[in-house]
Amino acid sequence: MAKLTKRSSHEQGLHTEQLTGRTQQRFFDFTEEENFLYPEAYDVDFNKRIEFDAAKMDNNAINLKLRELMSQGYGSIVVKNPLAKHSLGVGILQRLNLTFEGSLGYFGIGLIDGPNVRVTGRVGWSCAENMMSGTVVIEKNAGSTFGAALRGGDLVCMGDVGSRTGIDQKGGTILVGGRTGAFSGFMMQRGRMVILGDAGKNLGDSMYDGTIYVGGKIESLGVDAVPAEMTELDRAWLTRKLTQYGLKAPNGVENMTKIVAGKQLWNYDNLEPSEKKLIL
Amino acid sequence: MCGIAGIIHRKGAADIGSEMTAMLQSLKHRGPDSTGFAVYGVPNKNEYVMRFKVAEQEDLAKGFKIHETVRERRAEVDSRLAGLGVKILEAKDATEYAFRYRIKFDGDMKQLADFVEDVESTEILSMGTGLELIKDLGDATVVSDQYKLKGFKGTHAIGHTRMATESDVDIRSAHPYWAYPYHDISVVHNGQLTNYWIMRRQMERKGFRFMSNCDSELLAVYLADKLDNGIDLEDAMRQSIDEIDGVFTYLVATSDSLGMAKDCMAAKPMVLFESDDLVAMASEEVAIRQIMPQEIDTFDPYDSEVRVWRS
Repeated sequence: MAKLTKRSSHEQGLHTEQLTGRTQQRFFDFTEEENFLYPEAYDVDFNKRIEFDAAKMDNNAINLKLRELMSQGYGSIVVKNPLAKHSLGVGILQRLNLTFEGSLGYFGIGLIDGPNVRVTGRVGWSCAENMMSGTVVIEKNAGSTFGAALRGGDLVCMGDVGSRTGIDQKGGTILVGGRTGAFSGFMMQRGRMVILGDAGKNLGDSMYDGTIYVGGKIESLGVDAVPAEMTELDRAWLTRKLTQYGLKAPNGVENMTKIVAGKQLWNYDNLEPSEKKLIL
Repeated sequence: MCGIAGIIHRKGAADIGSEMTAMLQSLKHRGPDSTGFAVYGVPNKNEYVMRFKVAEQEDLAKGFKIHETVRERRAEVDSRLAGLGVKILEAKDATEYAFRYRIKFDGDMKQLADFVEDVESTEILSMGTGLELIKDLGDATVVSDQYKLKGFKGTHAIGHTRMATESDVDIRSAHPYWAYPYHDISVVHNGQLTNYWIMRRQMERKGFRFMSNCDSELLAVYLADKLDNGIDLEDAMRQSIDEIDGVFTYLVATSDSLGMAKDCMAAKPMVLFESDDLVAMASEEVAIRQIMPQEIDTFDPYDSEVRVWRS
């Protein structure tokens, strides 16, 4: 079993930002062992490695094969020739080193909690949707709604990403090496998004909370998305995170733009709807 | 939902019939109701290929007399073509109700189309020097086999698998749409056009005809109108993004070009592969992988993006 550094997320400076109102930030903490203890989880060994060719298998057969191999204790699995098939690698709720040598179609690696996944090709729409924890690294480009409703873990795309990246993001980190399309961070609730290239129009539209860092140009900001001052903590966190994945801000971390929620929308009224009715 | 696909060979003709069949079959899950192909063979400037139907597939189940009616309608079409001075070089039955004519004609294309389509239940599916438009109920393999499409040599093609949402499951609502009355222009679309009725009424007042109640037909008519006014294809497509409301990705093909446009929100998918020899695109990469199983680099076009490639 691979060793994780036993340092809490508090020690790494992830909990120091001030949040107000009803949006209380809760970060995934890998020291919480229960996150890896789903009842159906298999006891796998990272040193036990296997690979198989998926060229002539359908998506259901590929996912069942992954389950079968995990049940046999394989902790490092390489899937060759996925050929952009849909919904591969979904619902893995445990530690696993999983590599796809090629590209995935839609809804790849969704609903996962724990595995470390690498895709050497491209991913289609809705990659890592509802991801809870672990890491996912895409070496080429990604389609739209990348990391939709992401709750935890690190989701990384080395290339360009489509529109609505991190829509409804609720936690975790999305890292984009290239540019993103329109409405990235739409209705973002928590977590961090880092875009090293340019961001499309309406960035952070209607975001409730969370933070977006942009290294390139921003075509336009969405409703209630506002620039904020970069702090030492931001710079330290960005430097560490980018280094972790071998990425670099094209103009340096110090020149990145930070975007947060202006919190001027009605949902930041502290009154409950029932209380509002009484007043109105 | 619907699936769309396009392919253009930049260095000569290839078996685009088989390629498009494979691509569309892999998109069957996006739309199993009907499948359509617009394939572009080597253009022959001196003659046109006219594909038309005189009944819907489902009409054939409506009684014994329909077969006789179909024959009568076809005879009437032949008679009207002769009356317009059209020389029929070759006439083939694609199905009992759909036909492929190779013709010579120097007159007004709109007059020809209007006169032929005046015959009951008759619709010209396409008219072109290179274009041949085939669409029917069923998945790609069924339609391709029915119309003997595999082995069709050409430079480019677009295709569509339809999930009927706002109009019937029939041939007239299936894509692609021919851009009446202009030869060699066809359109496939994935999405919903929300100002369809307003735009349609505007077009009808200009004299354009609509054969279906499918919103996608508007794109073909709209582009035809722009081209008629001397606007370049790429500019016409850019204007469509501003003037047509809704969520859409569409492909348009002409005798030597293939274009792609995405709405201002990039709400509908498209994956692109580009090389010196070939450009392929589809709603899902899995369709591109049917003709290129090797590792390739693909990407998504962005919001309001318009691209045009030439063969």
